[in-house]
Amino acid sequence: MDSAQSPYMSDPSLAIEVENLVKTYAGVSAVNQVSFTVRKGEILGFLGPNGAGKSTTMRILTGFLPATSGIVRLCGIPVATQAEQVKRLIGYMPENNPLPDDMRVSEYLYYRGRLKEIPRRKLKTRIDEVLDLCDLKRVRHRVIGKLSKGFRQRVGIAEAIIAEPPIIIMDEPTIGLDPHQILIVRDLIGSLRGRMTVIISSHILPEIEVTCDRVLIINQGRVVATGTPNELRREILGHSLYRLDLAGEMSALLPLLHSVEPTLKIDEQSAPDSEGFTTLRLTTERDDPLGELLLKALYADGRFRLRGLSQVHPTLEDVFLAATKRTWEIVDRPNETTAA
Amino acid sequence: MRHFFTILSHEIRMLLVSPSTYVASVSFLAVMGLLFTILLEQFSQQPQEVSPATFFFALFWIPVVITVPFLTMKSISEERRLGTLETLLTTSVTTTEVVVGKFAAAYLLYLSLWASTGGFFWILRRFAQDARFFDPGPLFGGYLFIAVSGAFFVAIGIFTSSLSRNQAVAAILSGGGLLGLIFGTHFFEQMEFMNNKAFHPLKVAINYMDIFRHLGDFTQGIVDTRQILFYFSGCVLALMFSILGVEAKLLHS
Repeated sequence: MDSAQSPYMSDPSLAIEVENLVKTYAGVSAVNQVSFTVRKGEILGFLGPNGAGKSTTMRILTGFLPATSGIVRLCGIPVATQAEQVKRLIGYMPENNPLPDDMRVSEYLYYRGRLKEIPRRKLKTRIDEVLDLCDLKRVRHRVIGKLSKGFRQRVGIAEAIIAEPPIIIMDEPTIGLDPHQILIVRDLIGSLRGRMTVIISSHILPEIEVTCDRVLIINQGRVVATGTPNELRREILGHSLYRLDLAGEMSALLPLLHSVEPTLKIDEQSAPDSEGFTTLRLTTERDDPLGELLLKALYADGRFRLRGLSQVHPTLEDVFLAATKRTWEIVDRPNETTAA
Repeated sequence: MRHFFTILSHEIRMLLVSPSTYVASVSFLAVMGLLFTILLEQFSQQPQEVSPATFFFALFWIPVVITVPFLTMKSISEERRLGTLETLLTTSVTTTEVVVGKFAAAYLLYLSLWASTGGFFWILRRFAQDARFFDPGPLFGGYLFIAVSGAFFVAIGIFTSSLSRNQAVAAILSGGGLLGLIFGTHFFEQMEFMNNKAFHPLKVAINYMDIFRHLGDFTQGIVDTRQILFYFSGCVLALMFSILGVEAKLLHS
């Protein structure tokens, strides 16, 4: 990894800077020209389907894996040349949260604290603090192997924050947890906001939406979209979405819609059901409600029978699905051209 | 090596709470106790030319082949299987510190197991009341051989543990490797074709590596620095391969 010749100077307000990161395994690229930045104190959600390159990117950020090319800087320090220094700046919780089964919670935190160079006299107080923060005081003398999954996740988080690093990286911290445990872990991550820079990857999209300031969607090793959940909704799905249940002459629908609002487009259209009704999804760039106008126009026109009209509030899941679908289309298109 | 002592104390603790350590210790002491009893019976039936210590240390390979795999099989393979090696190496700990820390813990335990056999000789001296049974020369030489050769044997165990995520595979590899090293050299040296002049340099090299010859020298009070260098360099080489093995596997993880 070339750490020296960056065209950009390191910005002190940025905790993480990634430029044109590439990682290939035996000719197959797991991460392809990924660039992003994370500001200090920000919580970034890392989204992507399985095998998108999330874990690989996270491992490169921690200095555990070397990159094929590109620049990664944490708090201005390049990972490639000063990995040992960078490792002191991060708390990392890998995928599946591996923990030794035959240690007690407090013993494990003491061992990890010593490895992270916390002085002995401070370590006891710090362990008490993180046990309190992660609500682990009740199980501090329990063997880790006998703990429930929720407690194990919290031990992993306690371990990641014990040395008070400026950057926390967590690979799927809420995987396999029940809703109550997810709530606890979400509050715990939320409590770090402003104090630490946090990157979390997750498949549980509502969690990301609630916890994260910004979301980065990655697919097939490329960044597909980045921004706050609201920005992503606008960018990927348009400003507003409407759902119509309609029967009638479909070829006449688009001109009618354009007469109401020129930016209205038909995004999705289902096959007609037994009664001849089709479900349509409309997108528009207008933010103000168009429902009433649409209703009036469709009722006034005798060619259509309207059964339902509603404004859709898309979830991050819709954004995620649309964004990843878009990249697959982009990736698949050249193959189709060559095949043709 | 800032984190060496943290890892060492952790590893010793983990070895002390691991059942495989107690299986290794109990089987070690049971086998050694049994061998010592058989040996004393032989001595009581007819006069022998050498001291009990010489006989006792000649059987060193039995506990080595059983104990070393048990003590070392878990060290790296278990960390790789659980994935805790990843959390370990994302702190500022180096692979060298991890491997050397694990080696040192297993080696210290190996030494303490052998040190406990000193009790056999103490009991012999206490009850036989005969100074001839307690010849300090072979005893000291024997324990020195155990300490020096043990470093190499334990390092081989650590190396095989770095090769597989499966503890059983690591144990079989290290047991097989140790048997090959201890008997292979001895066996090769005895083969007829080795007397051919063309193989003379090979024979010299194998003769230099013959572990039973080293044991003979040590128990006779001959401390050859070349032999110490053989075990030391073998130990360093095995540890270096372990470090390289761990790092190579990380690149493809």
